[in-house]
Amino acid sequence: MLVFLIRRIAQSAIVVAIMSVLVFTGIFAIGNPIDVLISPEADEAERAAAIARLGLDLPMHEQFLAFARNALAGDLGISFVHGVPAVQLVLERFPATLELALLAMTIAVLTGIPLGVWAGLRPDSKAGKIIMAGSILGFSLPTFWVGMLLIMAFAVSLGWLPASGRGETVEVLGVPFSFLTANGLKHMILPALNLALFKVSLVIRLARAGTREVALQDYVRFARAKGLSPARIVGVHILKNIMIPVVTVLGLEFGSVIAFSVVTETVFAWPGMGKLLIDSILLLDRPVVVAYLLVTVLLFIVINLVVDLLYSLLDPRIRLGGAKA
Amino acid sequence: MTAASPVAAAPRVQTPLKRFVVEFLDSRVAVLGLALLVLIVSSALFAPLIAPQDPYDLSKLDIMNGMLPPGSADMDGNVFWLGSDEQGRDLMSAILYGLRTSLLVGFSSTAVALAIGLVVGMIAAYAGGSLDAAIMRLVDIQLSFPAILIALILLAVLGKGVDKVIIALTAVQWAYYARTVRSAALVERRKEYVEAAQCLALPKQRIVLRHLLPNCLPPLIVVATVQVAHAITLEATLSFLGVGVPVTEPSLGMLIASGFSYMLSGEFWVSLFPGLALLVTIVSINLVGDQMRDVLNPRLQH
Repeated sequence: MLVFLIRRIAQSAIVVAIMSVLVFTGIFAIGNPIDVLISPEADEAERAAAIARLGLDLPMHEQFLAFARNALAGDLGISFVHGVPAVQLVLERFPATLELALLAMTIAVLTGIPLGVWAGLRPDSKAGKIIMAGSILGFSLPTFWVGMLLIMAFAVSLGWLPASGRGETVEVLGVPFSFLTANGLKHMILPALNLALFKVSLVIRLARAGTREVALQDYVRFARAKGLSPARIVGVHILKNIMIPVVTVLGLEFGSVIAFSVVTETVFAWPGMGKLLIDSILLLDRPVVVAYLLVTVLLFIVINLVVDLLYSLLDPRIRLGGAKA
Repeated sequence: MTAASPVAAAPRVQTPLKRFVVEFLDSRVAVLGLALLVLIVSSALFAPLIAPQDPYDLSKLDIMNGMLPPGSADMDGNVFWLGSDEQGRDLMSAILYGLRTSLLVGFSSTAVALAIGLVVGMIAAYAGGSLDAAIMRLVDIQLSFPAILIALILLAVLGKGVDKVIIALTAVQWAYYARTVRSAALVERRKEYVEAAQCLALPKQRIVLRHLLPNCLPPLIVVATVQVAHAITLEATLSFLGVGVPVTEPSLGMLIASGFSYMLSGEFWVSLFPGLALLVTIVSINLVGDQMRDVLNPRLQH
């Protein structure tokens, strides 16, 4: 276990280092932020002052060294556009993305598992086939297009739900959240549904495949022979055994929900990290792009590590790599 | 896939290819998907011949025809079956040309990634040892990040452009193939026919290319079909976000994005129809892919 942890952390450090070099050199080598950030009317002196302030006059490797030194201290530079520290900007937007992702995951679990188990118990029934067809559709539909259709249906035509923004927020420990106010929750419904769609399809497939496999096992047959009610067989014997793959995949997919929120946030103008990333890419706000990517990479590494550890706790048959001796 | 070798035509000889075709045609839904796909690909290929208008030729556009609803005609009696956009561009023509870009990106990135993955995966399987470990570790690390994130990073670095999107999508996909090929090759190389070929003292490259490779292809084809659909969706998403293809070569995603603002004011067709075209393309590829998986899956073969 310890060997595994040490190896994983070392590996993660290498990944972060490679990513930062790649992102830094790439972003700093292409595009000229001077043209974008400094007003064309500025005179030579103003330009020079701005370039020196942003550190754009130094050679590339010196810029990188300064960047790496500061990054280790948690300072990824100051946003060219907003004038505040980039990391702070990203972290300020993080709660909005997090609450959206969590609501989407909740929707995925609460709808995906019952539908998947239903389809798994009766794979040849009409309902089972409809559920599977729906899940294929869910995989095929591009997220952003579904988001637009949701806006068109529920915001433009019916006028039931708002199409953009976060609505009212409540501060908990100094962090604003939308899901605690009725208005905020209303704003969350459409984006969360949009973000959940792909995961619902995934959970349906996992739950269906698991149920089909588990339902044929001897212990299920035995439980039935014992005269247990179908509800108990499904609720206890089947559900418990299909949860391991579902939990693992959901854990791993949590990261991808955060990554995909880039799309949903852009469609619904949700002020999270993802929208910040796209805005920053388009405005060539390099420190923010770098900060977003490094924060996300770190987040991913932590999520993957936690899921691996949880996996071995949930299923004692799994032995973590590294414990070969 | 219909390119049967002449030998296969002999009666009572059940070649794998023939069995594959027969089993594939078993599912009506899959045949429908294949028919749709053929229709879509050929209409994209022949877009210059069948499109009512060249959407890139600005001299043919008349701003007076801007934002016409579907089915309306202009003064000369030309009908805009799917409506027009704000510049008076016929939407059906724009979709046909957009399909070209979308399919080009989807198929070429998949093909290049497939080739890279095939070579890397074979090397990993055949070399074994630390080279194998290093390659697979790289694959694992890459696959632990979602494709869209990697593509966004690459495009933030590379900038816009059709070629750049293809590069980004290739970089995103190769790892899937490398992993699939390696696991297939590891299973196959332990089988008797490989041993027999080795006993015949055939050169190593002949064993790899003529014996091992064809037997590793089925799972790869399945992954590739699904990946084409993924690549097309991903390209559309990236273009929608504004980091994909440039405005001069609009793909379906780009068309959808440019119609987004009109959607809110009720002019739904500008982004609805490109979206439907995208959806039908992806669904038909997925239907074909699903059936291929069932037919080629060794566990389901009887």
